[in-house]
Amino acid sequence: MNKPSVLIIDDEPQIRKLLEINLNHHGYIARQASSGQEGLMLAANHVPDVILLDIGLPDISGHEVLKQLRDWYKKAIVILSVESNEEDIVKALDNGANDYLTKPFRVGELMARLRSAIRNNDTGEQTQVLTIGDLEIDLVARTAKMNGELLKLTGTEHNLLVLLAKNEGRVLTHQFLLREVWGVGYQTETQYLRVFVGQLRKKVEEDPNNPKHIITVSGVGYRMD
Amino acid sequence: MRRNINRWQQVFIGVMTIGLLSLGCYLFKDFIDYRIVALILLLAVSVLAILFDIFPVLISALLSALILNLFFIEPIFHYKINSAESALLFFIYLLVALVNAVLTNRLRKQEDKVRDKEEKENTIRLYNTLLSSLSHELKTPIATIIGAVDILKESGDKMTIDQRVDLYSEMEIAGSRLNSQVENLLNMSRLETGNLKLKKDWVDINELIFIVSRKVPRIERHVLVFHPDEHLPLFKLDAGLIETVLYCLIHNAVRYTPNGSEISIKTNFDDEKLAISVSDNGKGIPDDEVEKVFEKFYRVSSSTPGGTGLGLSIAKGIVEAHDGSISLVKAESGGAAFIINILVEASYIKNLKNE
Repeated sequence: MNKPSVLIIDDEPQIRKLLEINLNHHGYIARQASSGQEGLMLAANHVPDVILLDIGLPDISGHEVLKQLRDWYKKAIVILSVESNEEDIVKALDNGANDYLTKPFRVGELMARLRSAIRNNDTGEQTQVLTIGDLEIDLVARTAKMNGELLKLTGTEHNLLVLLAKNEGRVLTHQFLLREVWGVGYQTETQYLRVFVGQLRKKVEEDPNNPKHIITVSGVGYRMD
Repeated sequence: MRRNINRWQQVFIGVMTIGLLSLGCYLFKDFIDYRIVALILLLAVSVLAILFDIFPVLISALLSALILNLFFIEPIFHYKINSAESALLFFIYLLVALVNAVLTNRLRKQEDKVRDKEEKENTIRLYNTLLSSLSHELKTPIATIIGAVDILKESGDKMTIDQRVDLYSEMEIAGSRLNSQVENLLNMSRLETGNLKLKKDWVDINELIFIVSRKVPRIERHVLVFHPDEHLPLFKLDAGLIETVLYCLIHNAVRYTPNGSEISIKTNFDDEKLAISVSDNGKGIPDDEVEKVFEKFYRVSSSTPGGTGLGLSIAKGIVEAHDGSISLVKAESGGAAFIINILVEASYIKNLKNE
């Protein structure tokens, strides 16, 4: 298998250096750009498997770079943001970023995000059954099993679970989930989402108070692990 | 007083005072000599000079002189003055009134200057506390990181794996300490400059408490007692900020009580009021320090080093931004109990039918 390639677009040389050492060590090819313009150029020339994009760039904002990239670039984009500014993150996710990391981030977390981003690149294969740990979801039969045992899910719960599972490892914003599961017009009804996630957790989590599958990302959305 | 009343209001009050006093004197002018009237008006101008700015006082002084001349000094209703004695009195009156106004004003400016200086000194003192606390709090972890790197570079290859892992862990702890200090400072400056915008959304407070308590380091060495109330509705709050508050309270409880102590979290919702309490069974906080714990940079006298004394003042700021209050009381066990009360919008959709 070819080495996956990553393009780092960040103006901080120390962060780039750290990322490069770490990525090379894990068998990735890492390219670096220190500005938005350079990043756009390198992305067009090399078409990497994943782009790590810093939001705070000196020349053009990361949001703008993201928009221009999304005109043609179909693979994963993971956002880097200095602090947990939820508005920035939600905006980037809604504009087509696949995931995000806030600085300072831990290496383990970075690698997990990259792996899941690359995995999500291969959307070509249509699977009938999604398996996430002890969870098994049959998309055709519309059933879900935990440890082989059939779960009793309502229609909405099932739709929510499938949507999260199809995007395993990726943060889905409240707005996105509400629009996809409940439809346009429900985007601000976050209390629906909270209620249903709560109910879903009671069925798919061993300890609903300490969820291992449906993870809350404060102020942003939910992620399936 | 003059800080609350604007210049034209001061002019108005001055003119009214002089006018009414003069009217009073005029009604009794058959019984009192015009010299007494002059003294009464002078007294009024002096009192005004103590209270008001220079401009309204000068207006009042000139007005009183004019009234004195027109209504009390012969010939009445004419600016001309008949006797030399009256003329002398009039000019002395005018002079004393004006000098009085100017001198009193100058005196007061001096006073203001002294007060400003005191205020500035207080600010500098606070700033120095901040600097010494900060430089210590920030430099300790920085020194740890640089020191550990030096040792690893110089003799890392001669060390045992355990020794190296120890150093890495120290660097890790130092890094996250730096991170949380910076977070504190950012929050503080947002609160101070009024840049803290609440992003309220529906929050499951039970979930939030579970999430926060798992984030607190070394919590597993304590006994956490929390029985979620399943009937609690969703609340409209800024989840991130309330998380900061709860983290601070739980983290403090973990930090300032011995291992094995009990930390108890309770919630209650009644009549639109959400109450959250975080209490411990440690040795509590001395009565005379209870009032001060929410002050910026204040640290309880017996506390161990580490910490900027910002956490609780940030917590207080956040709760108050939610139109709530936070207080410290003695727990039944004698430990510390922090109680948050917030008037909050609730949504009972939580108990909605599931289809």
